[in-house]
Amino acid sequence: MFGQSNVLAQGEVNFPPSVEDFYLPSIAPWGAHNNYWFTKITFMVWLAVGILILFFLLTYRKPQLVPTKKQWLAESIYGFVRNNIAVDMIGHQGVRFAPYFTTLFCFVLLTNFFAIVPFFQISPNSHIAFPAFLAAISYVLFNWVGIKKHGFGGYFKRALIPPAPWYILPLLIPIEAFSTFLVRPFSLAVRLFANMFAGHMLLLVFTLGGFAMLNANALLAPISVLSWVMTVALTFLEFLVIVLQAYVFTVLTASYVQGALAEEH
Amino acid sequence: MYFLAAEGGETTHNPILPLWQEIVVGGIAFIILCFVLMKFVFPRMEQTFQARVDAIEGGIKRAEAAQAEANQLLEQYRAQLAEARTDAAKIRDDARADAEGIRQDILAKAREEADRVIQAGKDQLAAERATIVRELRAEVGTIAVDLASKIVGESLADEARRKGTVDRFLDSLESTGAR
Repeated sequence: MFGQSNVLAQGEVNFPPSVEDFYLPSIAPWGAHNNYWFTKITFMVWLAVGILILFFLLTYRKPQLVPTKKQWLAESIYGFVRNNIAVDMIGHQGVRFAPYFTTLFCFVLLTNFFAIVPFFQISPNSHIAFPAFLAAISYVLFNWVGIKKHGFGGYFKRALIPPAPWYILPLLIPIEAFSTFLVRPFSLAVRLFANMFAGHMLLLVFTLGGFAMLNANALLAPISVLSWVMTVALTFLEFLVIVLQAYVFTVLTASYVQGALAEEH
Repeated sequence: MYFLAAEGGETTHNPILPLWQEIVVGGIAFIILCFVLMKFVFPRMEQTFQARVDAIEGGIKRAEAAQAEANQLLEQYRAQLAEARTDAAKIRDDARADAEGIRQDILAKAREEADRVIQAGKDQLAAERATIVRELRAEVGTIAVDLASKIVGESLADEARRKGTVDRFLDSLESTGAR
C-alpha cells in the first residue's frame, strides 16, 4: 500500500497512485503507519525552518552598508516582498507587515520547493495541515488588524455593509460575510494545498505510469520514455506553480490586510 | 474519521482533513521561524536600509555643504582680492599724489631759496655799492682837491666853497655817467 519507496525494488507498481501515497510511514518510530509526529513531511518542515534560519542568520550576522553577495541575496528577498508585495498592496504602512510576509513567502516557497527536489519529491504543503495553519494565521492577522484599526463594530460594519441601496443589503450582507469570513481562509488553504497535491499526483502518475507500462509490455517502452519526458516537463511546470503559489499566498494575505485597513469599503 | 479507520488497521486518509499532529508540528516550526526571522533578521535589514539611505543622503548633504563652503570661500577670496586691488590702486594713487606734493614742495622751497639767495646777493651788492660809492665819494673829493691844489697851487681854504665845488663836480660826473 505504501510501496512507493520500494516500487523499483519489488518490480511491481501500484498504479494508479492513490491518496495513500501521500501518507508515508513514520520515521520515528520506524515504519509506523499512523504515527505522524516524525515523518518525512514533518522532517522537511523542520529542515525548511532550519535552512531559512541558518541562511538569514548567517548572511545577516554582520550587515554592512555595502552588501556582500550573500547579504545582497538575503536583502533582495526581503526587499522584493517588502516593496513589491507589502508596500505595493498596502502602501507605506505595509512596511510593518513586511517581516511576516517575507517569512511566510520564504516558508511557503521552500516547503513547496521540496516537491521537485530529488529524494524529497513531495511538498509538505500537499498535506493540508500546513496550508491550513498558515491560512489561519492570515485570517487572524487581517481580522485583528482591522479590529485594531477601526474598532470591533467599525470593522465589521465596514467589512459587511457595502455602500449599496438599503433594499439590496439583506442579500449583500450574507454574501459579504460568507466570502470574507468563511471562504477567504478556506480558499487560501485549499488553493495552496490542492496545487501541491495535484502537482505531486501528476508527477506520480507520469513516473509510475512509465513503470506500469514497461511492466505491462516491453513494447510499450517508447511510451514509457515519453511518460518520463512528460515527468521532466511537468517538473518545470511544477517549479512555476511552486513560485506562483508562494507568491499568490503572500499577495492574498497582503490584500486581505489591505482590505481590513482600508478607510472606505 | 481516519482515527476510527486507523483503529481498524486499514488506514484511509482524507486529504482535505488536516492531521492534528502535523498542525502542531508545522505550527511550532513556523512560529519558531517567524520569531527568529522577525526578531533578529528583518528589523536589522530595515535598519541597514535606513542606514544606507542616511549614508547616501548624508553624503549628498555633506557634499552640498562642502560645495557651499567652497563657494563661500571663493566669494570671500574674490572679495578680498578685489579689496586688495582697490587698496593697491589707492596706495598707488596716494603715492603718486604724495610724490607730486613732495615735488611741488621741494620745487617751491628751491624757488624760495633761490629767490632768497638772489635777494641776499642783490642786497649785499647794493650795500657794497653804497659803501663803495660813499668811500669813493670821500676819496674822490680828497684826491680831486689834492690834485686841484697841486695844479692850481693854491689851497682852497674855504671849506664851504671846496665842498660845493666837489659836489658840483661829482654831480656832473654822475649826470654824464647816467647819460
